[in-house]
Amino acid sequence: MSEAKTILKTSIDLKKIRADFPILSRKVNGKSLVYFDNGATAQKPQQVIDAIDRYYKEQNANIHRGVHTLSQEITIAYENSRSTIQKHLNAAYSHEIIFTSGTTESINLVATSFGKKFISQGDEIIISEMEHHSNILPWQVVCEEKGAILKVIPINDSGELLMDEYKKLLSDRTKIVAVTHISNTLGTINPVKEIIELAHAKNIPVLIDGAQAVPHTSVDVQALDCDFYVFSGHKLFGPTGVGILYGKEKWLNELPPYQVGGGTIKTVTFEKTEYADLPLKFEAGTPHIEGGIGLAVAIDYINEIGLSKIAAYEHELLLYATEALQKIEGLRIIGTAKNKASVISFVVDGLHPFDIGTILDQLGIAVRTGHHCTQPLMQCYEIQGTVRASFAFYNTIEEIDEFIIGLNRAIKMLK
Amino acid sequence: MSIEETEQEIIEEFEIFDDWMQKYEYIIDLGKSLPIIDEKYKTGDKLIKGCQSQVWLHSELKDGKIIYTADSDAIITKGIVALMIRVLSNHTPEEIMNAKLNFIEKIGLTQHLSPTRSNGLLSMIKQMKMDALAYSSKLES
Repeated sequence: MSEAKTILKTSIDLKKIRADFPILSRKVNGKSLVYFDNGATAQKPQQVIDAIDRYYKEQNANIHRGVHTLSQEITIAYENSRSTIQKHLNAAYSHEIIFTSGTTESINLVATSFGKKFISQGDEIIISEMEHHSNILPWQVVCEEKGAILKVIPINDSGELLMDEYKKLLSDRTKIVAVTHISNTLGTINPVKEIIELAHAKNIPVLIDGAQAVPHTSVDVQALDCDFYVFSGHKLFGPTGVGILYGKEKWLNELPPYQVGGGTIKTVTFEKTEYADLPLKFEAGTPHIEGGIGLAVAIDYINEIGLSKIAAYEHELLLYATEALQKIEGLRIIGTAKNKASVISFVVDGLHPFDIGTILDQLGIAVRTGHHCTQPLMQCYEIQGTVRASFAFYNTIEEIDEFIIGLNRAIKMLK
Repeated sequence: MSIEETEQEIIEEFEIFDDWMQKYEYIIDLGKSLPIIDEKYKTGDKLIKGCQSQVWLHSELKDGKIIYTADSDAIITKGIVALMIRVLSNHTPEEIMNAKLNFIEKIGLTQHLSPTRSNGLLSMIKQMKMDALAYSSKLES
């Protein structure tokens, strides 16, 4: 990596970091890959790939079941991973960490189990206008089944939640608040601590969708005092198919099981089943063992670099890219919140995001185009979709330069 | 000209392009020149929903042959749609249903047919064939 021509304030060993991610050296359409689709999924460091490889070569056995050595070894490794994640989130207990298949399943679990027990006719659930479909649909289903009402916190033109409107929405009928920590489309970092405090003042629990937050910022669930916090492994440089539901012990104990089956029980007779204690109550079937192990390795990896350093570096990338994009005529950035993560969505007058994405792909530049699974948000901005560039700590200023050149070229071709 | 002959003609046209840029510039030009569908047909029931680009398709039967018109909000999709119409329009339902459409692969545009959620092209080909099937059963009855 050449010395960046812009003086970066954050010192980060890009050469070493980039060497850890084998995919970054591949060619796409004959060009060096520029991967700016980290919001969709992040790339994996060699350490994670090795952990998965080692699992299948040396460690494969089922967990929590066997008396034999392999099973015991892998059970310990899997439970150690749970502890790593607990410490990373600063959860009070490791049994508050539930392995799921991802953010989507985590939210479905809470919506279904919470809905079954605590939601009834006329109750209200609060979400926001910038939610991903995964944090809309599960609540919509609960509302349809129970005759409850979905309330939506509106946003301003910059893509920030209107907190005064939120306060007005909190009512005696509100049963739960579910909002995103960082918007996958706009990059807005929401004031989740304040959101939680306001809800708690009325004894309302809060679920935070942390899918886009955990790769960029450190999360302390006890400091936040959130009741549920959910995220996916694959956006956090870990394997796909694994995710986390953090829940406060008192809530997880109160919620009925989501899926039931092997592993979730203490005793079973045909008349009655006694369910297992946390966390196993929510972990039916053989889990994604190598996923859980790989995720802990990914967390160790980012902690070695340091999340505060990552956040500072990514912020510099964000500022640099924002400034460069603003110079392009007819380009409008969607999402200009004061507090923003390294995600930039934009539209170009008269051009379709799909066309821009197609030309950029020919140049080896991977961005996301479309509605980003936030159709209600697109309706709010009255647009069909955006082009989204989302950066990770392995991205560089030089890649942003490439991207801007490519974008100008695409615009010239398409106009 | 048969469907296969038109496909061959397109393959030969694309062979002269040296790089992807020339190819896409050509497709973009085709997109710009595609006769736009009559506004009255740009309705919900003519819309083929892709995740990203949308395509409106209208078909009508004239002297036993199907005439297609279409539009898309994305110019590259529109260019590829123009190629599809050039190949399939003005043929009998039977011919359209049996068309293999190998030219898409031969001109290096297979990525636009991948069954991802990225565009409505695959859905459009399906719809063109479904329309042909519908007209063919209408003709038989």
